[in-house]
Order: sequence, then structure tokens, then C-alpha cells
Amino acid sequence: MSLRLGLTPRSLTGHLLLLAAGVAAPFLFPGHTIQLAVFWVFVLFALTWDIMGGQMGYNSLGNILFFGLGMYVCAVAQIAIVYDVAQYTAASGAVRVDFSPKEYYQGLALGVVLAALVPVVFAVVLSWILFGLRGPYYAIGTLGVAIAAAELTNSWNYVGGGMGIAMPVFPGGPGMRERFFYAACMAATILCYLFLRWLYRTRFSLAINAIRDDEDKAEALGLHTSRYKMVAWSVSAFFLGIAGALFGNMTGFIEPMETAFPTLTFGIFMVAMTLLGGKGTLWGPVIGSTLFYALRELTWTYLLGWQYIALGVLIIVNVVYFQQGIVGWLRQRRPQWFAPHAETPADKRLETGGKA
Amino acid sequence: MSAPVIEVRGVAKAFGGVVANHDVSLSVADGSITGLIGPNGSGKTTLFNSIVGQHPIDAGSIRFLGQEISRLNVQQIARLGMLRTFQQTRVFSKMDCVRNLLISLPHRDSEWKDMFRRYPAEVMERADGLLEFVGLYSKRMQIAGSLSFGQQKLLEFAMALMNQPRVLLLDEPTAGINPTLINGLIDRLKRANAEFGITLFVIEHNMRVIMNLASHIYCMSHGELLADGPPASIQDDQRVIDAYLGAH
Repeated sequence: MSLRLGLTPRSLTGHLLLLAAGVAAPFLFPGHTIQLAVFWVFVLFALTWDIMGGQMGYNSLGNILFFGLGMYVCAVAQIAIVYDVAQYTAASGAVRVDFSPKEYYQGLALGVVLAALVPVVFAVVLSWILFGLRGPYYAIGTLGVAIAAAELTNSWNYVGGGMGIAMPVFPGGPGMRERFFYAACMAATILCYLFLRWLYRTRFSLAINAIRDDEDKAEALGLHTSRYKMVAWSVSAFFLGIAGALFGNMTGFIEPMETAFPTLTFGIFMVAMTLLGGKGTLWGPVIGSTLFYALRELTWTYLLGWQYIALGVLIIVNVVYFQQGIVGWLRQRRPQWFAPHAETPADKRLETGGKA
Repeated sequence: MSAPVIEVRGVAKAFGGVVANHDVSLSVADGSITGLIGPNGSGKTTLFNSIVGQHPIDAGSIRFLGQEISRLNVQQIARLGMLRTFQQTRVFSKMDCVRNLLISLPHRDSEWKDMFRRYPAEVMERADGLLEFVGLYSKRMQIAGSLSFGQQKLLEFAMALMNQPRVLLLDEPTAGINPTLINGLIDRLKRANAEFGITLFVIEHNMRVIMNLASHIYCMSHGELLADGPPASIQDDQRVIDAYLGAH
């Protein structure tokens, strides 16, 4: 296990310390449990965006689609196992509907599973259509799909349209609810991190890096490029769908424009966080999202009214002067920290270093 | 002469009104080193692109080991065992040399589940062996984009060998390479042909190189085949000399 994930005793200790901090956080700051859960969702956003944008060189501006899709799929599944969905949404929260704890947890479990799988189906279908586009055309194409999804949901009365859906009420006490979703968001993000850590040590990682560097050359070598691209997007969709399902339940009320498909906030945040931390690395998105989250909280607290301007300045400075991001900068400075995996015997490890 | 691996019959290709290839027919014998020469703009690279499936052809037929391939795409043809290198040299510039070679492993029989496998030790050794072969072993951990142009050419050549193709189409392998290194490259091309049994089809402008390398040479001019034959007869062919000197 530790070999497959490339965890040395030292890095294992580091990971366990971070895990302990994650477990302790809601007990240390009980008033901020939901915000801390949102932090984990942010990390997941950046990790999943980087699969495509960083490792594969396909800058998707529409990944938020899978987040919203997961959110709605989960909501509909949760409601549908007990009530008629159209009736429930038509009442738009005016009718008090009760879910027994058993119904709630069963619905949530089913909802999360479907919220992971349905976005994967969408990713597979969309990759047939959109991967014919490259570069900025792909970015705009994906953005268009996400905006279209928001508009369609907005006018689809079965799922509540613009009125949204009041989510089933969590059966436990108020403190329990926050901790439950904090734990769920943290678990989803850690699962995503471990999966990517494993995935980036397989041939898959080399293939998507090759597609990033020169897709025509990869094709000329006979790589099944469309296969790899489809899987890469499906992995993003899978974890974003889960995140959407959890986020919707945590928020308690979902609607298409601000919560499910917020292309201009979360949709852009995932790109900004990855660029800040350093795209194309595993830890770049994690560090970038942590820093971004902290800055976002600070500006929302101390620069209210100017917070988007502050974030905009950050993005501009990042993109113009610091394109490689934090981990990218470290990789230039300390290439030996980024030597290839354990398959290479230690005596052959690089002496000459990385980038010119 | 043994059976042809590549057989091109009456191939035509036009871009808008510009006829790049017109009624081109040629064949590349199995195990041979065959040359393709001609002045700039005579349609050599277009013919290469047609053979490897880069673009559809307007007319004619292209066969690889007897199989019609003119309707297949680049990836399918590459997986059949016909590979090309690029005139402008294309390597995966942000990956190190070893990784460049690993990803070049043949994808002929790769299945879905293979994408989640790791590389066995013997593949790593073969990658190291090929880097040694082209003289880049000491730079194996360097990012490919940081290599000089000539070194990138050598890396691209090693990548092609890693792919274990049946036929390798080389587009100007010596262009931009330090003259003192050219002899080494010719030697390696010949060894790839003799030791690995790879048929080579080479576009080349350097007459000394191609006359030394190829056993049979085709000469193109203005999108048509002008002459073909062994190097000695091509060298003395008045039509070839005229084409190069512009006495058309």
C-alpha cells in the first residue's frame, strides 16, 4: 500500500499529522465547522481541476457542471425514494415533509452513489463532443456547457426551476449535522487525493502529460489519446459529483445559479487555486486551495465590498508574474525533490536536475 | 528485391488549388533504407503525411504490408507499426528523457486496464539502453525541452525505436545537427536498420547523407515523381540535377 502510493515513513508521518489536524479542526473551531468543510471541498475542486488543466493541458472552465449535476442528482434521489419529486418541488418548501432517519441516510447513500456515477456518464458523452476542440476553444466550449446546464435547470420545474429545492432536513441535532458533513467532505477529499496519488504513479500519468506537451506527437506514437482524455474527465466528474451531493445537503437549500452551477465563483476558483499552487503537481492544488481559502476568508472579513477586486488582483499577479505557482517554483529550485518514482534505483537518481 | 512494406499507388493530394502530390506511385522494400529527395516544396512531407494518415488523400491507394491504410487515422497506422518523426522535431518538452521513452512504448496491444499499470523493470532498462544507444544516457533525467535541437532529434529517434515499429519514416533526420555528429547519426540509422530490422524511409536534403545511407532513392519535383533508382544513377540523372538547379 505505502509502496503503491509512494509513501516513505517520513511522508507518512507528515500525512498522518495533517490528518490529525483535519480531525481536530472542528473540535478546535466548533463555530466554523461548515466553513472548514467548504475548505475541503475547495481542495477537491483544485485537485480535480488539475487532472485536466494541469496534468493534461485541457483548461476546462465548465467542470462546475459535474458539481451541480451531482448536487441535483443526489437531491432528486433522496426525495424520490420517499415522495413524488414534482409534488415536493412544486410546494417549494411550503409543505413540511418529514424523512425518518432511516429514509434520510438511505436516500443520502443512494444519492451520493448516483451523484458520482451520473456525472461520469455525462463526462463520457461530453468527451465525444468536446474533445474535438483544443486550447481556448475547449475552454469556451466547456464554459458554454456549464452555463447551459444552469439555464436549463433554472427553467426545469420538475427540479424546482429557479425556486430551487429545500433539501431533506438532517435528522440529528444541529451540532451533529455540521460535524457529519465536515467528516463526509474531508473523507471525499482524502479519497480523491489518495486516488490521484496512486493514479499519478501509473502509465496514465505519463500519457496525459504527453497529451499536454504535444498531442499530435502522442497520436503519432499510437497513444489511445481519446481514451485517456475520457478517463481523465470522468475521474474529475466522479469526485466533483460526490462533492456536489455533500455540498447541497450541507447548504440545505439548492438552486441552479448560485449554489449548483456557480461558474463565476466556484468555477473560476478551481482554476485560480490550481494556478496559485502550481498546476501539474499533486500538492500544488492542495497548497493553492489552502492559501486561496485563507485569503478569501480574510478578504471577506476585512475587505468586504472589495473582496472580488482583491481576488482579481491576486489572479492577475499570479498569472502575469508567477505562472508556475508555488510548487512549480519549488520544482525549479529543488528538482531533486521531484525525482521520478521508486522504480528507479536510488543510485541512478538524477544529478543533473530538472528544468533549464 | 523483397516484397514492399509500403506501396503507394497513384496518390494525389491538393490543398485548395495547390496540387501537392499528383499521381505519385512508389514502393519501399522490406528491410531496406529508401530515400526520398527533392527541392523544397516538391511534396515530400505531404506524401509522408498522406502515408501516416495525417490527412485524407484525394485519390490513389496506400498499402502497408498488403493492407489498405489510406482510410485509417494516425493512431491506427502507428499501432500497425508505421511511425514517423517530424521535420520540426517533436518531443514531450516538459517530461524528462526517460519518461519520453517510457510513453513511447508500443501501444499496439494496449488495453483499457493497461493505462493503470506501472512500468516493469525491463522496460526501464530498455529505455536506458536506447538512451545509451543514441548517446543521451547522461542526460536521461533532464527535461526534454532543455536539450539542444540536435539532442532532441536523437531523443525523438530513440523514442521511435522504443516503439518497435516495422517501418520508420524520418523527415530530414540530419537537418540542424552539428556536421560532426552527422556521421554518428548515419551509423545509428544503419544499425537500427540492420540490428533492429526496421525499414527506413528517409526524406533528406543532405546529398552526402542520403547517398551514403539509402539503397534506393526516389526524387520528387513539383508534386510528381521525377526519377528513381540506386544512388549512383540518381546522382547522375540530368532531370534530378535540373530540378535542383531550377533549369525546369
